[in-house]
Amino acid sequence: MLNNRFFSTLFKILTLSLLAVPGLAFAEYGLNLPEGVTPISRDIYGLHMTIFWVCVGIAVLVFGVMIYSMINHRKSKGAVASNFHESTTIELVWTIVPLLILIIIAVPATRVLIDLEDTSKADMTVKITGYQWKWQYEYIDAEGEGINFFSNLAQKSRDGIKNAAIRSSDENYLQDVDKRLVLPVDTRVRFLMTSNDVIHSWWIRDFGVKQDANPGFINDAWAYIEKEGVYRGKCTELCGKDHGFMPIVVEVVSKAAYAKWVADEKAAAAAAAASGDREWSMDELMTQGAKVYSTNCAACHGVTGAGVPGAFPAMTGSPIVVDADKIPAHIDIIINGKSGTAMQAFGKQLSDSDIAAVVTYERNAFGNNTGEIVQPAEIKSAR
Amino acid sequence: MATTTTEIEADIHAHDDHNHGPEPGLMRWVKTTNHKDIGYLYMWFAFSMLLIGGAMAMVIRLELLMPGLQYVEPQFFNQMTTMHGLIMVFGAIMPAFVGLANIMIPPMIGGPDMALPRMNNWSFWILPFAGAMLLSTMFMEGGGPAFGWTFYAPLSTTFAPDSTDFFIFAIHMLGFSSIMGAINIIATVMNLRASGMKLMDMPLFVWTWFITAFLLIAAMPVLAGAVTMMLTDRNFGTSFFDAAGGGDPVMFQHIFWFFGHPEVYIMILPAFGIVSQIIPTFARKPLFGYSSMVYATASIAILSFVVWAHHMFLTGMPVAGQMYFMYATILISVPTGVKVFNWVTTMWRGSMSFEIPMMWAVAFVILFTIGGLSGLMLGIVPADIQYHDTYFVVAHFHYVLVTGALFSIIAGVFYWLPKWCGNMFNEKLATIHFWWAVISVNVLFFPMHFLGLAGMPRRIPDYSLQFADFNWIASIGGFAFGLSFILLAYIVVDCIRNGKPVKEARVWESAKGLEWTLPTPAPYHTFTEEPPRELILKESSHSAH
Repeated sequence: MLNNRFFSTLFKILTLSLLAVPGLAFAEYGLNLPEGVTPISRDIYGLHMTIFWVCVGIAVLVFGVMIYSMINHRKSKGAVASNFHESTTIELVWTIVPLLILIIIAVPATRVLIDLEDTSKADMTVKITGYQWKWQYEYIDAEGEGINFFSNLAQKSRDGIKNAAIRSSDENYLQDVDKRLVLPVDTRVRFLMTSNDVIHSWWIRDFGVKQDANPGFINDAWAYIEKEGVYRGKCTELCGKDHGFMPIVVEVVSKAAYAKWVADEKAAAAAAAASGDREWSMDELMTQGAKVYSTNCAACHGVTGAGVPGAFPAMTGSPIVVDADKIPAHIDIIINGKSGTAMQAFGKQLSDSDIAAVVTYERNAFGNNTGEIVQPAEIKSAR
Repeated sequence: MATTTTEIEADIHAHDDHNHGPEPGLMRWVKTTNHKDIGYLYMWFAFSMLLIGGAMAMVIRLELLMPGLQYVEPQFFNQMTTMHGLIMVFGAIMPAFVGLANIMIPPMIGGPDMALPRMNNWSFWILPFAGAMLLSTMFMEGGGPAFGWTFYAPLSTTFAPDSTDFFIFAIHMLGFSSIMGAINIIATVMNLRASGMKLMDMPLFVWTWFITAFLLIAAMPVLAGAVTMMLTDRNFGTSFFDAAGGGDPVMFQHIFWFFGHPEVYIMILPAFGIVSQIIPTFARKPLFGYSSMVYATASIAILSFVVWAHHMFLTGMPVAGQMYFMYATILISVPTGVKVFNWVTTMWRGSMSFEIPMMWAVAFVILFTIGGLSGLMLGIVPADIQYHDTYFVVAHFHYVLVTGALFSIIAGVFYWLPKWCGNMFNEKLATIHFWWAVISVNVLFFPMHFLGLAGMPRRIPDYSLQFADFNWIASIGGFAFGLSFILLAYIVVDCIRNGKPVKEARVWESAKGLEWTLPTPAPYHTFTEEPPRELILKESSHSAH
């Protein structure tokens, strides 16, 4: 393989001189792919650089001949046109030589491909489900078995979308989430990807993992992460309105820290289950409801509950939200969703207390003021 | 059989006596069956759509100028990317190539007109209605299509706005138009070619279009099938693309790309033809390797049907499938390379001059090759994992479609415009326009390679801060490139109205081809008498007669 560091420096110098725009800082810029932190991402990087330099070589050769000819074989310089216009030998040469170059590229490419598609012998498995517009992570075996949570765009990033002041103070604007996927270092992790609605695609560049999440089907990929740290990625398949707003953050920690995180998660899950058994006050429900609404509902139904006419219904004055006899229907549409529309089934995403809170919130916010309270116990019996 | 041979002959002679021109007034354009009139209509339609699609690109670049949402909402942004793609592919590039075929194929093969003139009229006049229907969706409740020009299910079925049914019907109509245009081109080349012109005497533009027409006939019905399945999934309870009903969303992608990949070549093969006409003219040398060019075009066309899933490497294809599609894909670079090498060798030891069409052709060869090389990179499956659905792909396909297909159309227009209208364009302005467009288009698209490698996904209305600088540069390049089309419009209109008249039949001194034996401006009716074989051989741009 080529000497990567030398060439990557050369690559940067070449591209920077090509784009020498004064006054612009390229400081933290990646102009190129990073090598990444998994064996696969390094192999991909090597392949990428190899093909890149093959392409540069071809370009230099072809454009060199062309430019030489354009300078020297011009009429204004008195060049007289030759009349040659056929040569089977030359045609054969420039068919066979490129073919050989392609074979030389295809051999290592095939080797890497076979390796990256082999997801066997995993130490642990995480199931990733894409939703409009968030990710769900389920640890389905090994020590984290049973941990299950959603990962949404961080509130600070959401606030920064239309607020330049917040945006400029947020170094991880649009690449931060409210809850990170936590993985142990030096472990062979298998990812299973699927989707609840449309096609999404889960991508962490530093792992060399990008895989479509198709509704109704499961794809897989794997990573052996060799370095602790925080890695960021994005959804890369157009999945509707907020496609640009569903980042991915993975925190890779030592095995000991991972064990502690697993224990904390399990304790927190037990506490959350207990909170569904008590009575909640109106204030508690409204505060919690506002949070749940902002994370799960506001993307479609709007921060002010106005919706998007023709696409997503408004909350304000909607019969299902304001009619007292429609409370069961209101709870039902949140738990089970509405088939054939973008309204998801939130039953498995939200706890009893979260659903009770958001129902109460929707019935009392946005000028709806019905005064009705829905308790977690009612959600439990409705399930 | 009431008419006798004598009557027909008398009729023919009557026409010979007064070579009638076009009908006066606006109805000329509605009722015309003349290949040039219809061709001009196609060109103006394509140019209008180019401006509309370009305006949408300006909205996209404006929103991406800085991080944050400043001007449009995400749903509208998605409509812009979707409609920009659909309009540029189906409204601008394809009709422009059909227009050039209509205007140039009869004069290049020594024929009188297109073989099926009434169908020709119909295939054009479907277009404005289909285009209007497509655009009207943006004013419907719920907005227009917002699922990308590739309209992957289920985003385009279960999760799409109601206007999608109008989009489907517009696609059906565009398909009818393309298929009729293609049938007409095949019929014309087969039946109206001068009897002295054998297939291997045909100019390369005719050859590439002839092959493209077969691609169109094979590919467009597949697209019609895909949208029809969408229509029934949306309205009639089928589940072709819905896993819950036993369907498969990935099947949509297979069907779409079985159309979509040949479609890519539909948009580039005629470009190869145009450039192969222009380079020999200004290198003053016959085209190098004519027969290998024809074979390369045919092999690209055949290969284009067996590589479609390279757009889908990340959908969860079996590893054997990925290997096959990788090998088949990179194999296409061999015949494509042959073409580039042939153009360069045509220039080699020629006696070159750089008139405007030649400058565009040279820009095409260089910039299309850059797009082709990034295409080779994308064909390598493991590397594609990092490139797929990022701005690297956006850079790649804009290099092949803008600096490839669109530049070849501009080259062709400058090459043949004096023959069409009898006037020379303002060469000084055209030179300014050339450099303006070529520099700005690279400022626009070249940084996108870096954005993609730095991790920016495509089709997002807002981005994190590390992408800000290159997006700013690309947007500035985009606005400059957009403005260049206003200048282009001025140059063309100015040429038609006030240009200096050209008297020579052979507008470019060393141009070869039957079209240059016709008077300038080209007469309303093309060859009324068949050109003899000696003339055809003498006028060949690829052999040394």
